[in-house]
Amino acid sequence: MSLLRLDGVTVRFGERAALDAVDLEVAEHETVCVLGPSGSGKSTLLRVVAGLQRADAGRVFLSGNDQGGVPTHRREVGLMFQDHQLFPQRDVGGNVGFGLRMRKTGRAEAERRVAELLDMVGLPGAQRRSVAALSGGEQQRVALARALAPRPRLLMLDEPLGQLDRSLRERLVVELRELFGRLGTTVLAVTHDQGEAFALADRVVVMRDGRIAQAGTSLEVWQRPASEFVARFLGFDNVVEATVSGERADTVWGKVPVPAGTPEGRRRLLVRPAGVRLAPVVDGLPCTVTGRTFRGDHVVVLLRPADGPELEAACGLRDAPDVGDRVGVVFRADDVVVLGGS
Amino acid sequence: MVLDRPEVDVTGKPPQGPRTASGRSRQHLRRTAVRLGLMAVPLAFFGVFFAYPVTAIVSRGLKDGGHWQFGRVGEVVIDPAIGHVLWFTTWQALASTALTLALALPGAYVFARFDFPGKQLLRAVVTVPFVLPTVVVGSAFLALLGRGGLLDELWGVRLDTTVWAILLAHVFFNYAVVVRTVGGLWAQLDPRQEEAARVLGAGRLAAWRRVTLPALTPAVAAAALMVFLFTFTSFGVVQILGGPRYSTLEVEIYQQTAQLLDLPTAAVLTLVQFVAVAVLLVVHGRTVRRRESALKLVDAARTARRPRGAAQWALLGSVLAVVALLVLVPLVVLTLRSFDGPDGYGLAFYRALASAGDNGGTFVVAPLEAIGNSLAYALAATGIAVVVGGLAAAALTRRAGRLVRGFDALLMLPLGTSAVTVGFGFLITLDEPPLDLRTSWILVPLAQALVGVPFVVRTMLPVLRAVDARLREAAAVLGASPLRAWREVDLPLVGRALAVAAGFAFAVSLGEFGATVFIARPDSPTLPVAVARLLGRPGELNYGQAMALSTILMLVCAAALLVLERVRTDRSGEF
Repeated sequence: MSLLRLDGVTVRFGERAALDAVDLEVAEHETVCVLGPSGSGKSTLLRVVAGLQRADAGRVFLSGNDQGGVPTHRREVGLMFQDHQLFPQRDVGGNVGFGLRMRKTGRAEAERRVAELLDMVGLPGAQRRSVAALSGGEQQRVALARALAPRPRLLMLDEPLGQLDRSLRERLVVELRELFGRLGTTVLAVTHDQGEAFALADRVVVMRDGRIAQAGTSLEVWQRPASEFVARFLGFDNVVEATVSGERADTVWGKVPVPAGTPEGRRRLLVRPAGVRLAPVVDGLPCTVTGRTFRGDHVVVLLRPADGPELEAACGLRDAPDVGDRVGVVFRADDVVVLGGS
Repeated sequence: MVLDRPEVDVTGKPPQGPRTASGRSRQHLRRTAVRLGLMAVPLAFFGVFFAYPVTAIVSRGLKDGGHWQFGRVGEVVIDPAIGHVLWFTTWQALASTALTLALALPGAYVFARFDFPGKQLLRAVVTVPFVLPTVVVGSAFLALLGRGGLLDELWGVRLDTTVWAILLAHVFFNYAVVVRTVGGLWAQLDPRQEEAARVLGAGRLAAWRRVTLPALTPAVAAAALMVFLFTFTSFGVVQILGGPRYSTLEVEIYQQTAQLLDLPTAAVLTLVQFVAVAVLLVVHGRTVRRRESALKLVDAARTARRPRGAAQWALLGSVLAVVALLVLVPLVVLTLRSFDGPDGYGLAFYRALASAGDNGGTFVVAPLEAIGNSLAYALAATGIAVVVGGLAAAALTRRAGRLVRGFDALLMLPLGTSAVTVGFGFLITLDEPPLDLRTSWILVPLAQALVGVPFVVRTMLPVLRAVDARLREAAAVLGASPLRAWREVDLPLVGRALAVAAGFAFAVSLGEFGATVFIARPDSPTLPVAVARLLGRPGELNYGQAMALSTILMLVCAAALLVLERVRTDRSGEF
């Protein structure tokens, strides 16, 4: 039985539906990341589960029980707010121990647990520090400790690393994943950052305009974006109109090989940059190099063909052509994805 | 844009079931009920102790044999003597406001942007006059500018029956209103906004004019209206310094009521003042609401720095000089006079305060007893004001429609309504069952609480509104019930504001004069009433005692204020 189940949850703000008949399940000990651009309804989703926002339709089940009419403070979920919302008038210990006090945990037990959590998030002995004096990363750790302290059955994170700088973010993602794995916590996180989502999650749910555009394991979503929207949101821009027949498709870029078993007819195709191979001009689609972007271990080369949309190709640091060079392009079938309607 | 979403129908559920619709309206009803419940006490309080007495006295003045005599209104308004009072009331208020702004705006800037040693203390000091009873302000300026005053002794200059004395006293009184209202906001304006304009090519002055000034304008307007309101309804100051030549509407109402016993004229004047103040409050309400528009505010502590360069030091110096001349000197002179007895400096006047006997029957009891009376009354008034004002502020926390805004303005009305009318109204309305309070001691605190409530509301409201709703949500997610969340989150944040509000209510209750002078019984006068009585008697002993009593009153108010400064938050309202 899944720990959290959303059944056709709809939330409207005036005419606009922030959530539109959303169905979602999160299994116990699973980490699910909801990914989407801002305004796609991610935060509203968390607020509905926490009981901070009433659903206009649909139901929320926690451990199989309908949460309709259960007030927030009895839902036993944890929520880490985007900007932490630490209580300014309490010190670090007071913040972390807040949920324990609400559950009437004994003083000695509470103190032991606060110390244990602060150890766990890497702030040992910080109990008496003022929350105003903490750096962004420290505040984030305190907020996490505060959310974890009462041992919520479901921990929800709203843009957990949004305000931190990049290096800290990358380190914390790894720490969080390791921590959740160790504690067996069930986690529902929302973020607009794909890197964060794929690094953190067992399963990723991509949202668009209040609806779920795609759900699947990180690998599935990454390898087989279901729609042009998802593909573009993940940063894949090599999308082209095509007519599929057999194992080939006709496009403005010329003939592109497609995986066996692709349904015939008019489709939209995505060619992942790794599947765009550079060759001598005479051997492929002739293109001009218009730009190069370094991405650490590889270079993304921007290519302009004579006709049709521009193409991105990933190539090694050493064999990347210069801007202005003429190259030929061939496509690899493994990296061609047939997209559904968007 | 609304798109067709066939998927919604596929699920087979209507987007909004009847259950949720009724749930929503139930929730709405409950919220309305809670708000009405909170408003009930303040509404009853204002109905019984403000609207009823004021209406009663106005109708007594304007009714003859059961018929309204509205002709009286016309007669009074065209009376040249009354016209003169109206004209003087208006122009002195305008002049006082202009003078206050001119002297206090540089002060607002200095307090907002400069860091200098003793700033906290000085800020408290300039606020002392604001909470001082008007009677004390009058006496202080009398001691400075009047017969035998400091200027008289030094240069033979007497200003006590000139309009300058009134204007200067008004500036003294309201300096802090401008410094706090404007300076408070100025300190929180992000200096980087101006820097952004500079980077975009605006000169120093242009950046200030185009970025800072527009952000400040509503605050300046609000402060100016506040000063205008206080000076338009000025009573104690004009009563003491105006002499026979100058009187404001409020003083005229007092004279018509208490001395000439001409109730119809007093009633008309009350109505005129009421209308004028109501108009002012509506305008004030609008400017305040505009001020709440989105400004980028930062921690005040981050924007202040040490003055740099000759010009900035000169500005700081001149502001300090103005504060010294205008605020410190009158207070010091007042204190000195109280010690300057017939046999040289000493405690003669203070000693005389301890006995009732030898001052020609001014008092039934020793004037010193007035201290105890005042403190007891003011404490009771503070209690009432905190309960009534606190409930009102809680009801007003959530922004809402016209009704609530009207309520908001209603709460300010007692500040501008003739206190004399209220006091006299208490006497004629609260003297029969079921509300026979004339012989009860609670009458005085009730009248004083009327002026305390607006301060409580104005102090509490911005703080209550500033509490981030998501802090409450964070508490709820961690398992706190709504009541518990309020106790754990709101109360600690609001606690300090509540203390500040109580302190202000205490200080204004202590200094309330217009209403108290009518209803305090002869055997239990308050400090301001005792001071006024002493000033009304001839003789150096009476004058000296008035100074001594004023000094005591000043010290009590200053002590209350210094305690406030310790607990005050950055966001504690307009005062």
